[in-house]
Amino acid sequence: MNDAAALRRTLLYVPGNMPSMLQNIPIFNCDCVFIDLEDAVPLNEKDAARLLVRSFLEGYKERNKEIFYRINPLDTEWGFDDLRTVLPALPDGVRLPKADTPEIVERLDTFLTECEENLGIEIGKFKIIPSIESALGVINCIKIARCSSRVIALAFGAEDYTASMGIERSKTGEELFHARTRVVWAAKAAGIQAIDTIFPDVNDEESFEKEVRLSKRLGFTGKSLINPRQIDVVHKVFAPTKEEIDFALEVIDAILKAREMGTGVISLRGKMIDAPIVKRSSNVLKTAASLGLVDYEISDEVIYGTK
Amino acid sequence: MKIARRAQAGTMQSSDIMVFAEPGDELIIEIDSTVAKQYEHLIRAKITEVIERMNVTSGIFRIKDRGALDYAIAARVEAVISRAQEQEA
Repeated sequence: MNDAAALRRTLLYVPGNMPSMLQNIPIFNCDCVFIDLEDAVPLNEKDAARLLVRSFLEGYKERNKEIFYRINPLDTEWGFDDLRTVLPALPDGVRLPKADTPEIVERLDTFLTECEENLGIEIGKFKIIPSIESALGVINCIKIARCSSRVIALAFGAEDYTASMGIERSKTGEELFHARTRVVWAAKAAGIQAIDTIFPDVNDEESFEKEVRLSKRLGFTGKSLINPRQIDVVHKVFAPTKEEIDFALEVIDAILKAREMGTGVISLRGKMIDAPIVKRSSNVLKTAASLGLVDYEISDEVIYGTK
Repeated sequence: MKIARRAQAGTMQSSDIMVFAEPGDELIIEIDSTVAKQYEHLIRAKITEVIERMNVTSGIFRIKDRGALDYAIAARVEAVISRAQEQEA
């Protein structure tokens, strides 16, 4: 499947040293998880947490969502051990904290290639989601988005970002506006996904929903979450309306007819339908299908046509 | 391989297990579990499996189980054995 179209709306953090949370991963209805070995694990439990995560993943054979895990930064004493211990249990990828420069991401890329060679698996299997969470990271995110084919999304992290700026994070987020926009630009220009920061107050559902709406309007494709209670709100906000779904179905129908006639462009209700609109419509249908709003499985062939 | 020094791993949260290891001349495993009646033999089997896989032949293991599943038991026993080998800083 074309990775840019994979559904990653909800990416839930799960503490790496808590069996009671880890073993619920199969039943959470989020699209992805970030198993956390960094901030959720105290310094004296780093060794035990990575063994626990590996052991859990080895037994989790029927994966029903994407599994990323957040390692400790590569310049700490734990980062590379997190990779060496857990990668043999085949997570889908790594969320790299403090990804401030392309060089840091390239360092991880090289290490992942070595691991894949040692494990005898396909090169490029392990994906990377760099965390853009400092002033430096925001400045460099355009290069970071393009520095490795493993980078399938940029994840903005507002807690560390505001700390690096020496400012407070507000509920309305004006102070994040420029950084968020830049992360979305960088991701879109590189053809990858953009994941917005966590919202820390689990009990303030109203502000959370407002923030999710803002994330969607700015162009983020998903949001990092800290509590399973936040999942449904994001799915609701990211859900397409009935009008959007009906229009998307018409678009797909029209473009298939157009291709039969040997053209890649056609008019629908007076509007020109071409590749970008087909792509957007296919995203609408994919999201709708995941929520059970439409029974339609879309293939790359429909989106891009046959060669 | 022997248990070189005292160590512990795990937590007392539900679904977890706490494992204490200390040096001893023979291999002893003591289990205190909320589900001991039904599952003690399975917990013991899992612990023994990991201890054997890591070639530990003697030592005293005291277990406080809070309903941990196999993967968590295995990970905590592996963690305690690896900690019990390390030199104290």
